[in-house]
Amino acid sequence: MTDNVSVVSFAQAPHVRETHGTTNGVEMLVPIFKEALDNVGLSKEDIGFWCSGSSDYLAGRAFSFIAAVDAIGAFPPIHESHVEADAAWALYEAWVKIRTGEVDTALVYGFGKSSAGQLRRVLAMQLDPYTVGPLWPDAVSIAGLQARFGLDAGLWTERDMAEVAARGRGGDPDELLRRPYFADPLRKHDCAPITDGAAVVILARDDRARDLTERPARITSIHHRVETPHLGARDLTTSPSTVAAAKAAGADGVTLAELHTPFSHQEILLRQALGLGDEVRVNPSGGPLSGNPMFAAGLARIGEAATRIRPGERALAHATSGPALQQNLVCVLEAD
Amino acid sequence: MGKQRAAVLGVGQTHHRSKRLDVTMAGLCREAIDRALADAGLTFADIDAVVLGKAPDLFEGVMMPELMLADALGATGKPLLRVHTAGSVGGSTANVAASLVHGGEHSRVLAVAFEKQSESNAMWALSISVPFHMPVGAGAGGYFAPHVRSYIRRSGAPSHIGALVAVKDRRNGAKNQFAHLRQSDITLESVQASAMLWDPIRYDETCPSSDGACAIVLGDESAAQGRDAAWIHATAMRTEPTTFAGRDQVNPRAGRDAAAALWREAGIDDPLSQVDAAEIYVPFSWFEPMWLENLGFTEEGQGWKLTEAGETELGGRLPVNPSGGVLSSNPIGASGMLRFGEAAMQVMGRAGEHQVDGARIALGHAYGGGSQYFSMWVVGAEKP
Repeated sequence: MTDNVSVVSFAQAPHVRETHGTTNGVEMLVPIFKEALDNVGLSKEDIGFWCSGSSDYLAGRAFSFIAAVDAIGAFPPIHESHVEADAAWALYEAWVKIRTGEVDTALVYGFGKSSAGQLRRVLAMQLDPYTVGPLWPDAVSIAGLQARFGLDAGLWTERDMAEVAARGRGGDPDELLRRPYFADPLRKHDCAPITDGAAVVILARDDRARDLTERPARITSIHHRVETPHLGARDLTTSPSTVAAAKAAGADGVTLAELHTPFSHQEILLRQALGLGDEVRVNPSGGPLSGNPMFAAGLARIGEAATRIRPGERALAHATSGPALQQNLVCVLEAD
Repeated sequence: MGKQRAAVLGVGQTHHRSKRLDVTMAGLCREAIDRALADAGLTFADIDAVVLGKAPDLFEGVMMPELMLADALGATGKPLLRVHTAGSVGGSTANVAASLVHGGEHSRVLAVAFEKQSESNAMWALSISVPFHMPVGAGAGGYFAPHVRSYIRRSGAPSHIGALVAVKDRRNGAKNQFAHLRQSDITLESVQASAMLWDPIRYDETCPSSDGACAIVLGDESAAQGRDAAWIHATAMRTEPTTFAGRDQVNPRAGRDAAAALWREAGIDDPLSQVDAAEIYVPFSWFEPMWLENLGFTEEGQGWKLTEAGETELGGRLPVNPSGGVLSSNPIGASGMLRFGEAAMQVMGRAGEHQVDGARIALGHAYGGGSQYFSMWVVGAEKP
């Protein structure tokens, strides 16, 4: 038996500003379950383990992931688990599950309907509820502070940020720089759009992967780390947790990187922290600045990297969680 | 590489109370963690990764609180994973931590689960009206009472069985220094005289609302070398949808499937004879006989006879919830991990006054949602 696990299928719902479906994700998930399973000729009964990522706070209700199980049609009962985090961490749990030898396939999914609330205020609920939360520092403002630290330290310029935004979502940097501030020094194009969406990845142990697809993307390693929640205790101009995760994962020599960076300066920050040179294609998918379905966008980075990796290439997929890149996951992929 | 052996090295829990206003969420978790680390004879420096579980974030009003708790959990600079599988989450969290060891990812993992219901209002959190679902509006008791009524009708159980369970569990809780409710003088008559809340469930047959936490230190074979440990013989998790035509909510298939997989992996073909102690998630008294059947300890319709004969008491054939169980302490997200941790304490001989003499094999069980999420493990004093 081999320990290697590969991504064999990836599907995602259209990135839209607002769906008319429920916050349980069912309407977004049903078609992409079918697409992801059809890609590899599997049915739901063939899946050994299911794992999802989502947030009750985003859905505005308790147990939103339970209703999402309706999208599976989970009877006979399934072997299943759920993380209250981006589904990239659900993929990690599923990857470990396959490596225990208990199962040989897993389906991972994430979903989020950000349009149901005011995302920047909802995310403020992640902060310390006794001393920080009551001040309501919202997610965009905290990211703005991070961008300002980097500008003041000379690590990036507003033009650098505009160029990232132009590449991610189109437009001319000169024109973008003439637009007003949204949360100084961030302009609207520096911030990922509010997006409803969902994503599905199917994993298989290598002895199955070859039968399922001609082009499996082998996961060589996944590592993740969290930093202190105290913003004042962190150096916000870099990302020690991403660097440590990348080092543990052996991310040297990658030539493709999908980075979960909801703000333009964070792409620059991670490029610098990870030492990604000009030879590395960063976010060829457009990245989160072109569509950022909460709790699915990190998983989608892994799916996008797996889809785009070329034979012989090594790729890095990154996912983040928490304020100002507090928690980070690095997944390294290879293709033969 | 294949599956690595995994064992429980230490268990810790808080004193469970309706309102732990003396501590923050961080302080509550830390109280359980410090006891678990001390029980394992380890420090934070020995821990490779942390897994945190709790029930809905709306119960405290903090979104993904593991993020703001990272320092208190000793997770800063390390991997931190958050699990949420409804009421079964405490058990699922222990199972996920076990899989990190089974899969060879880590040598020592800290699993933590908590609920601090006094920070918010669980009844409110559970009552938000959502589209396409019939609002229950009566809390968990109102949801489960019809299942109990159906069980009584189907099994022909006499009406005092639920009260017998309540008396046993509360008296067991009196032997547990950490229990929320410690009622050594409770009687069948006093339970039967308590107010009817959700017919046929009376006040004394209902779990309390508790603030509390539980922590478990797990390790691989080398970490467990030369020390007392509760070896994990099997884990299982199953899920089914909340509602569909023909669903058996009294004896759900997800629970039966999980139990069958569990016993198979543990090499147990006669659970009633081979299991020495069981910590089963019983938030309403009648769920003891219901889960005894669902878990395969008895045939369907026969579970209540085991309870009536006193076989689930301490000293009986299968002591169930010697700790006092969920009926004595219910910090929701931690309640499942308490079942798993108490099972480990039994086979490590560390259960104090509620120790089952000579316990070598024990079951930890949790369920959640509308009786649709199940997680369980079997631990033993010997290596599997």
